[in-house]
Amino acid sequence: MKIRQISIFLENRPGSLSALCRTLADAGVNLSTLMLSEAGEFGLLRIIASDADKAQTVVEKAGYAATTSEVVAIQVPDKPGGLAAVLTALDSHQIPVEYMYAFAQRSGRDAIMIFRFGDLDRAIAALKEAGFGVCGAIDLF
Amino acid sequence: MIPHLWNDLEGTFFPESALDYMPESRLREVQLQRLRAVIALSYEKVQLFRERMEAKGLKPADVRQLADVCQLPFLVKTDLRDTYPYGLFTVPMSEVVRVHASSGTTGKPIVVGYTAQDMEVWKQVIMRTLYAAGFSRGDIVQNMYGYGLFTGGLGLHGGLEGIGATVIPISGGNSERQIMVMKDFGVTAICGTPSYFIHLIETAQKMGIDFKRDLKVKRGVFGAEPWSDQMRQYIESTSGVQAFDIYGLSEIIGPGVGAECECQDGLHIFEDHFLAEIVDPKTLEPVPDGTEGELVITTLSKQAMPVIRYRTRDITAFETSCCRCGRTCRRIRRISRRSDDMLIIRGVNVYPSQIETALLKTEASLPHYLIVLTRKDGLDQLEVRVEITGGMLSDNVGAMEQLQKRFSRSIEQITGLHATVTLAQPGSITRSEGKAKRLLDQREIPN
Repeated sequence: MKIRQISIFLENRPGSLSALCRTLADAGVNLSTLMLSEAGEFGLLRIIASDADKAQTVVEKAGYAATTSEVVAIQVPDKPGGLAAVLTALDSHQIPVEYMYAFAQRSGRDAIMIFRFGDLDRAIAALKEAGFGVCGAIDLF
Repeated sequence: MIPHLWNDLEGTFFPESALDYMPESRLREVQLQRLRAVIALSYEKVQLFRERMEAKGLKPADVRQLADVCQLPFLVKTDLRDTYPYGLFTVPMSEVVRVHASSGTTGKPIVVGYTAQDMEVWKQVIMRTLYAAGFSRGDIVQNMYGYGLFTGGLGLHGGLEGIGATVIPISGGNSERQIMVMKDFGVTAICGTPSYFIHLIETAQKMGIDFKRDLKVKRGVFGAEPWSDQMRQYIESTSGVQAFDIYGLSEIIGPGVGAECECQDGLHIFEDHFLAEIVDPKTLEPVPDGTEGELVITTLSKQAMPVIRYRTRDITAFETSCCRCGRTCRRIRRISRRSDDMLIIRGVNVYPSQIETALLKTEASLPHYLIVLTRKDGLDQLEVRVEITGGMLSDNVGAMEQLQKRFSRSIEQITGLHATVTLAQPGSITRSEGKAKRLLDQREIPN
């Protein structure tokens, strides 16, 4: 149910993102999706790769500062109000979203969004109760 | 002295160390007789010293007791440059068996010389240093100090051979090979600069080698640059290597002026060879024991190039209590800073060690950092670049910004200056193979 996400510290300067992507590419790691958040002179790159162990080893061996955390991939109905319905279900249990971003692939007619919560288990339970699909690694890769 | 009597080989106390435990009255007696001799020698042979004594109206005979040393003229680093290369030597070159030189960052280096007896004294003080740190015959020692004109490598080397250790004279650099040798040669003890060893700990981690599990290194003697107790904790907890401080400087003899014992609580000065004073760096008057000041050293046994009242620029204080190890030679506190390390930023006096303390207060282990000084619109700007490690990283941008603020606040609390803290990728700050470079001063100095 939970997906492993790797967050990598990058300096905000030309070439730093491409250098990392090149490192992953050379090691044959395919990125399923990613999100880059920038804060002034640095940024955090969050990646989801089919082979999380390999991605983590490659990144750390290349000397990057990286940390892993777990996130949830949720099937969001791809129609107006789809995301609002998911968020309403979370709000009703007062579960705050720390951050979220889109997964690059679809699952049938649904879009997939990656969510990060403080309490993943509670969030998963709340979403299932409201009838939303939560994807495991098997569904995604 | 006869080294290594056969019946001492299996023992745990070594006769060379006996001088560390001399009764204090005898120690002072030895110091005075040697002081008077070294002053007489310098007065006769060294023009610079004689002229300065004459200018003060002093004769060697005026030194009657140890306290009289306070009246003698000081010697400073520029004096060694001005007399380059051999101006302070007291013996003909036929008596000089070794010279070393310090790297001159500006202009000429400074040159120091040793007679055969000086070499023996140097070996003895290094042996006493090594014994105090628990080294002994049977240790396989990787000596990572630079070999060559620098006193570190060959200085330690002599003492290591003296105690009968197996020496690997690897010198500094080529970090992966250092780790390979450590592993393959079964190294049990090491010598080097603390910043380089921290770099090696990281190198080993990258190579997938666990210091505690895969290597046999138990102890190390570290010096040639100021390092903190926090750095010691980091070294000891990550590598399992017990880390001992050693003090010395080329102008005096090289490494081996003072050393830590098993108590790791200040450095014992080998007072039978070196007379230590601590003075106020501004007034140059002696400070009371326990008060910080600049360390001033007079060599008591050096022949080729005795130095009298050399201003080391190192800031320390005498420990006032007796050491639990029982050694009678006095201890100085570990050198945390040098009087010429002081930076003046926007008129405020700042030592790099204060920045280090501030970073350590924020994070449990010391990150790699670089102090960058620039000037914008006539105003000094203080930037501290801090390398992020996996342990500090969060997947939350806000948490990283908080970390940045905590670093910045901590620096401001300690130095009183606002600092811009920049988070940097691991490995982006240049690593030293020798002494740590912590400062990049890009301010233009006004004429």
